[in-house]
Amino acid sequence: MKFLNQLRAEGRVNDLEALLDHIPYARFIGLRVHQLGDEVITELPPQAHLTGNPNLPAVHGGVVGAVLEMTAVLQLIHDTDCERLPKTVDVSFNYLRPVRSDTITYGRATVTRQGRRVANVRCELWQNERDRVVANSHGHFVLAPLDAHQPST
Amino acid sequence: MPSDGAHPVTGEAIADHLTNIPHAAALGLRFHDVTEHYVEISLPYDEKLVGDPDTGVIHGGAITALLDNAAGFAVRVPGEEAEPIAIATLDLRIDYMGPATPGREVIARATCFKRTRSITFVRGVAYHDSPDDPIATCTATFMTGTPNSTRPLTGRGGVRPAEGTG
Repeated sequence: MKFLNQLRAEGRVNDLEALLDHIPYARFIGLRVHQLGDEVITELPPQAHLTGNPNLPAVHGGVVGAVLEMTAVLQLIHDTDCERLPKTVDVSFNYLRPVRSDTITYGRATVTRQGRRVANVRCELWQNERDRVVANSHGHFVLAPLDAHQPST
Repeated sequence: MPSDGAHPVTGEAIADHLTNIPHAAALGLRFHDVTEHYVEISLPYDEKLVGDPDTGVIHGGAITALLDNAAGFAVRVPGEEAEPIAIATLDLRIDYMGPATPGREVIARATCFKRTRSITFVRGVAYHDSPDDPIATCTATFMTGTPNSTRPLTGRGGVRPAEGTG
């Protein structure tokens, strides 16, 4: 059984925290999510094993990318009824400032355009100051809507 | 990784560097191959990296970290004794061509296409058996400089000091 359907059967499909609990990689990086009304905010707590540059210390660029990507996916799941997880087609990350690994990182995504099959999502991360964006991204995701034929990808 | 001292891009240096990056160690990234044209590192399969529990396919974030690290190593000229250099990733674009096969190691090959005085352009591909059958490809742009000429690392507007870690 697909785990999104399982969560749906349990009436928890909109519980993004429960969803993250089912994704091993999300547990590996310790990603959390907060739902504030219709806002979805992700939170990456400081953790030593996420460090890519010990000198600063800074979060590894791959983890920064993963948080941007997962924030986008969580926003899509929040906004749409998905049969299964949206799949990333492409995503472009900009590294604007050091992302310190001894500081909490927050993420917020905006669905720029949502078609029937593909969505374009922008996302940004910040740390201590909301207006100082440390990294941002835009990407395309293939959706698997509940009420449509599944994409072949 | 220390930002001073010479860093010849040899297999040994890459393997040593990977063990000193906490997240690379947590992922289990390993040196795979280096030639005058490219650098390769690998990511072993691990269930903790699964991104979709329905399929067992590892998350794109692990592939991103793999490609990012490989691209960072390709900034320096393979095999050459290099001057100390600070590397900051400006941007990284990933295209996902197909899922990684559960249970299999993923290899990333990164090739430098152009080095200017301050900017380096790198492309990469993640694959199982052949780069011609890609799992994902990437395009990365790096800013380079000697450590002394780099903007203050923690100051406002400072570049992200990646030192090849992306």
